[in-house]
Amino acid sequence: MTALAPERVAERLRERFPAVAFRRQAGEAVRDFTLHVPAESLVEVCAFLRDDPELDFAMLSWIAGVDWLPREPRFEVVYGLLSLSRAFRLNLKVQVGEENPRVPTVTGVWPTADWHERETWDFYGIEFTGHSDLRRILLPEDWVGWPLRKDSPLGYEEVAFTHNTPQRVKPAPRLTKLKPRKVRYRAQ
Amino acid sequence: MTEKKIENPFRTLAQPAREAPPAPDLVVPRTEQDAFREELERGVLFTTVESMVNWSRANSIWPLGFGLACCAIEMMATLGPGYDLSRFGAEVMRPSPRQADLMIVAGRVSLKMAPVVRLLYDQMPDPKWVIAMGACASCGGVFNNYAIVQGVDKIVPVDVYVPGCPPRPEALIHGIMKLQEKILSSRIELGPAPRPRRKKGAA
Amino acid sequence: MTLNMGPQHPSTHGVLRVALELDGETVLAARPIMGYLHTGMEKQAEYKTYTQSIPQTDRMDYLAPMSNNLAFCLAVEKLVGIEPPPRVQAIRVLLTELTRVAAHCVWLGTHALDIGAMTVFFYCFREREKILAMYDQVCGARLTASYFRVGGLASDIPAGLLERARKFVDEMPAHIDEYEALLTKNPIWLARTKGVAPLSARDAIALGATGPMLRGSGVKWDLRKAQPYSGYDTYDFEIPVGASGDAFDRYQVRVEEMRQATRIADQAIRRVEEIGPGDYRLRDYKYVLPPKEEVKTSMEALIHHFKIVAHGFFPPKGEAYHAIEAPKGELGFYFVSDGTPRPWRMKVRSPSFVNLQSLSTMVHGRLVADVITAIGSLDIVLGEIDR
Repeated sequence: MTALAPERVAERLRERFPAVAFRRQAGEAVRDFTLHVPAESLVEVCAFLRDDPELDFAMLSWIAGVDWLPREPRFEVVYGLLSLSRAFRLNLKVQVGEENPRVPTVTGVWPTADWHERETWDFYGIEFTGHSDLRRILLPEDWVGWPLRKDSPLGYEEVAFTHNTPQRVKPAPRLTKLKPRKVRYRAQ
Repeated sequence: MTEKKIENPFRTLAQPAREAPPAPDLVVPRTEQDAFREELERGVLFTTVESMVNWSRANSIWPLGFGLACCAIEMMATLGPGYDLSRFGAEVMRPSPRQADLMIVAGRVSLKMAPVVRLLYDQMPDPKWVIAMGACASCGGVFNNYAIVQGVDKIVPVDVYVPGCPPRPEALIHGIMKLQEKILSSRIELGPAPRPRRKKGAA
Repeated sequence: MTLNMGPQHPSTHGVLRVALELDGETVLAARPIMGYLHTGMEKQAEYKTYTQSIPQTDRMDYLAPMSNNLAFCLAVEKLVGIEPPPRVQAIRVLLTELTRVAAHCVWLGTHALDIGAMTVFFYCFREREKILAMYDQVCGARLTASYFRVGGLASDIPAGLLERARKFVDEMPAHIDEYEALLTKNPIWLARTKGVAPLSARDAIALGATGPMLRGSGVKWDLRKAQPYSGYDTYDFEIPVGASGDAFDRYQVRVEEMRQATRIADQAIRRVEEIGPGDYRLRDYKYVLPPKEEVKTSMEALIHHFKIVAHGFFPPKGEAYHAIEAPKGELGFYFVSDGTPRPWRMKVRSPSFVNLQSLSTMVHGRLVADVITAIGSLDIVLGEIDR
């Protein structure tokens, strides 16, 4: 098969979904072909991308959440799609706000999305409606908070050195009284 | 400065062998009793119970198969053909904590894993020792964040810390030898555990 | 009955917990529970510069550390828009293919150990020691190398590395023959792995499996051929593909991959020798440290050196995803950059995380002992799954 051009993908999508507002992500260093999709039409678009014989995006490679904290909408969910027969990668992005971070699940289209969505829920608190078993995957079940959000702390623990724990430091030994410690080896 | 010629205490093949000492003039005939006593003495070892117990404990440490992360691979390499750990008594790695003496915490301990580490430590019967292998087990290592316990000594008492990321197999063997030294110089207690004394008149 | 294969288990290749739903000896469902090695690497990467995050990548798939370094460096190079010189690419390919051999050695050793063949473990680790000696020679560390940098290598390869690699590449095929002689026609091995833990091609693609999992099921997809990187399109090698997707096919695919990796390493050694001595870093001082001689003589190089060391380099604002064919599958890094020296987001697409999803499908209706074989043939590394 000939190589797939990104414009052809956009063309096919606009043909099939004339009502959906696709927006190509622009930028000098946006190295992959990225399309913004509104959350409501996500599942339909994904099903089309998977089933269309010309595009054939049979595999969902990864799902990532991104937190753009000072910006509105705050969260972005990025879907990395892969077409094996055309050797083409496509990134789809869905933007969700902070108050109601909800995205429909694509586990019906690609079963592999199951754990990716659980991971995004675990890290960001973005809820995937329709997911059969949305619970924490990498952090302990009783963890409170969404660690990868920008307002969650890193959890850096101050390392104890002599300059910040003065009371724990033993006084320096007086060299006149220092005797080597004798280690006795028994048996052998 | 005068040069003092220090005689080489190690005899080499170039030097001739020292002469045999002269035979004693008095020759005492060995009776049968003497021969028997010599034989007995040669097969008998005089020592303390403590030394014997420590010696046997130190030279037959069976580690628990507890590899968490990258240090586990170096631990496997230490058990492998290049740096055989069986030479030091770690003949088998027991998968069950009930049959192991030594827990080598090899790798980073995450917060989810911490209760599991403590449970395994509690399941091990006495006497038991813990080696914190690697930087992550000793102090949190490269990862100072929300997910990793900063040192496994926050959960279990550690006997030997082996630094490295990951420590070379030689470093782990050095750590185990240090543990053997520690065991050999430890005191053992025979008899029942001392009961806490109740103060007279106190509640 | 629910049986817990706990995080501490001799055969779980790390701290994986599997909740098995059993009906007698038959497995109804196998639900993996992960997170016992979660290290917060993605969060920590947001607080470190790009170069400072390279050592973290070693600790992800700790059996193939240079592979992870390569994926990271290639993704950042894609984001920044630079490409290292051909000599560097050849050295990277050489070390990555040796890493592939080392990773598959550990896989074969531990998989065979789980199934009961202890000898293979010792043979495989003997070979691995030779590769680790080469790592040691090149960067000082046996396991966690952190040798690749954005735009090149940390330091030039020392004298003697190529001879050592040549010697290894010449004697490795005989060792692989040894492993095959022990296992491939062994009736016990065949009984334990043939027909066990099957994964159909349709399931594999639907579940996102990549690497030997996908190729064992019959799908000929390898990123080194389909979306080549680092000069792989100029090397001559084949992609082994299995037929039925069971554990035996995956074993054969990986053993053949070891052979092909040795072949690529051989070609890479020849190429480095042909190109001869040269730069080990790209001369683009905006992003890559300049050579020390120039730092001491040229003002511009000195300032660039200072800026990069003190602050880190400033990539353009944007994002990039780049994936490589790691020994376990498709390892990809997705970077979102906001123009500062620290990434805004680093996402790791780890192959083991996705491959492990297919465990339940593979062992449904099988016996408990097959679960061990299935986990072994998945070739998972918990460092990668939990990050």
